[in-house]
Amino acid sequence: MSIPVGHYQYDRIDRDFLQARIAEFEGQVQRRLDGTLSEDEFKPLRLMNGLYLQLHAYMLRVAIPYGILDSRQLRKLGEIARRYDRDYGHFTTRQNIQFNWIRLEDTPAILRELAEVDMHAIQTSGNCIRNVTADEYAGAAADELVDPRVHAEILRQWSTLHPEFTFLPRKFKIAISGSPNDRVAARFHDIGILARPGEDGAPVFRIFVGGGLGRTPVIGQELFDSVREEHLLATLEAILRVYNAHGRRDNIYKARIKILVQAIGVEAYREAVEAELAQMDLERYRLTPEAVAAIQSRFAVPQLEAPADADAVLAQQRRDDPLFDRWVRSNTHVHRDPGHIIATISLKPAGGIPGDATSAQIARLADLADAYSFGEIRITHLQNVVLGHVRKDRLRDLWMGLAEVGLAEANIGLIGDIVACPGLDYCALANARSIPIAQKLGARFADTALQAEIGALRINISGCINACGHHHAGHIGLLGVDKRGEEFFQLTVGGRAENGAAIGTILGAALPEDETVDAIARLVDCYLGRRESGETFLDTLTRLGHEPFREAAYETV
Amino acid sequence: MKLFELGERTAQVHDVLVTVAELAERDDARAVLLESADDPALLKPYLNRLELVVLRFPIFRDGRGFTQARELREYLRFSGEIRAEGHILPDQAAFLRRCGVDSVVLPKDGNGDPALWEKQLRQFPVAYQRSVLPERSVGPGLRVEEAS
Repeated sequence: MSIPVGHYQYDRIDRDFLQARIAEFEGQVQRRLDGTLSEDEFKPLRLMNGLYLQLHAYMLRVAIPYGILDSRQLRKLGEIARRYDRDYGHFTTRQNIQFNWIRLEDTPAILRELAEVDMHAIQTSGNCIRNVTADEYAGAAADELVDPRVHAEILRQWSTLHPEFTFLPRKFKIAISGSPNDRVAARFHDIGILARPGEDGAPVFRIFVGGGLGRTPVIGQELFDSVREEHLLATLEAILRVYNAHGRRDNIYKARIKILVQAIGVEAYREAVEAELAQMDLERYRLTPEAVAAIQSRFAVPQLEAPADADAVLAQQRRDDPLFDRWVRSNTHVHRDPGHIIATISLKPAGGIPGDATSAQIARLADLADAYSFGEIRITHLQNVVLGHVRKDRLRDLWMGLAEVGLAEANIGLIGDIVACPGLDYCALANARSIPIAQKLGARFADTALQAEIGALRINISGCINACGHHHAGHIGLLGVDKRGEEFFQLTVGGRAENGAAIGTILGAALPEDETVDAIARLVDCYLGRRESGETFLDTLTRLGHEPFREAAYETV
Repeated sequence: MKLFELGERTAQVHDVLVTVAELAERDDARAVLLESADDPALLKPYLNRLELVVLRFPIFRDGRGFTQARELREYLRFSGEIRAEGHILPDQAAFLRRCGVDSVVLPKDGNGDPALWEKQLRQFPVAYQRSVLPERSVGPGLRVEEAS
């Protein structure tokens, strides 16, 4: 087949490697079954291959490196959902997909099917370097300075079965972006990397360290402003080496790198990293321009040709059809090519489960990607889907195709675009169910005209303090807590993962589910009533402070 | 105690094995035991006479030993034998070898089957990052295989 436009093209050696990984995993399952491996020993090994044990069944999390896959791969995911799961898959905040109803004995067969399309579940869990995430508009956005995918692929390869960093104190998440507009939550990652062009043409990297959400939300701090490309891997090795040697291993809740950075301070961490670098043979770790070019050559470049009137055609169609116009307003982003546009497809239908897609929807998305975007699909860290290179004069056809399978919701970045963890419906750690309240909120704000009127507002919902729904980073965040056996939700406001990253602050006492939905409706009313021209929810919140919002939220309680 | 060699270097048995703290007092010691919290740099004054460094894994999930081995090889240029003992799994064989470990004390349970260790060493034909071993590129990109 031809080289995919969005991701690295495997060759025979990469495929042999995947087969070897499957054979290894099969052997591990066998040793668990015959008792040579204890459950305590097997658990980290299966997690490193994406296999969790949830409340009711095994869950398999499949890696989508830097969130990009091709239509052939997406079709395969749909087939797996149909054959091995309950006919749907769930796209995650790490741009992966997970299948929630998997039988242990089916996993080797599923892994083999995935390998047929160069996919796997390597390092989607476990105390190792996880799937590297990247800007969902990489290589397409007009505002991009450096396409981060080639370096994301380099990081994927470098971190795969890394001999030194596979038994870290805790999980380790890296995100990379090449845009001045942070769309990867760089400062909420163990390592966040922002690429920009250097003076000699090669990119340089600004590196943040020690960010994260979870029980202890922390905004990452700048470790280095300008790491040269040739030293990128050496620098990452040094950062990880310090963490592996000194990160806490006595308490799982204190084991992330953010706790170490907090404990010793970012200056001391930087000194420790520099001391490693001073001892390392930098030549050995050097990322050469040849290696970068070789990996770059495995990505195809989309041939962006559009008729001269593509922009005019789209403009006319928007004038003719207000519904289409509303979708274009919320669900598209400016492409670097004037004849093209980036379309984000919402997996947040009103009243639906955020991030879920049925096998039929998945298959249709693959067809639409083939027809409209070079067969390329991106999964966003906000659990939506992006077609990156759509010709402007064909956007309306795409939109109508999406509407046929219920995927034309016009709510990207709006209040209906809710991020929620799986919660107590699936997860053994959760205190509360995240999905039903997400559905109720989605239904409450189902009117897309109202959503457009409210404007930019992100709601994030976590079912427990592990914060998988990133509630700390939500403009409005909900945290599920257990109060004497009843599910309550604590409200936070003012978080953001974009530029100017901030951790939300608690508004007041936790409320039961239905009262929480009402309180959020009053919060929104308060904003609509008091905003000044052009203000977003966050703007008004910043100007007025929490008090009016607190009063509104709790007025009837 | 059954030893398994991960590479070419022949494992040597030493009767005297001391802790880092004891090294200064024991001029005759040629073998030292490094706990996972010990800093390998403490061995610097003794490297000339040390023939064996044993890395103790309290549990297989404690990966500090991998970094200790690399520090010994890469920073301290230690050219003697490095051995891993304690709770280790055959699934870690190639990782240990690639970080510079020469031998392991085979666990006494089902994880101590030498055939499992042998198999695991040969599981992957290539790797995606450089290690301490002599390697050559199997490009494009980062892939390497061991130079025989």
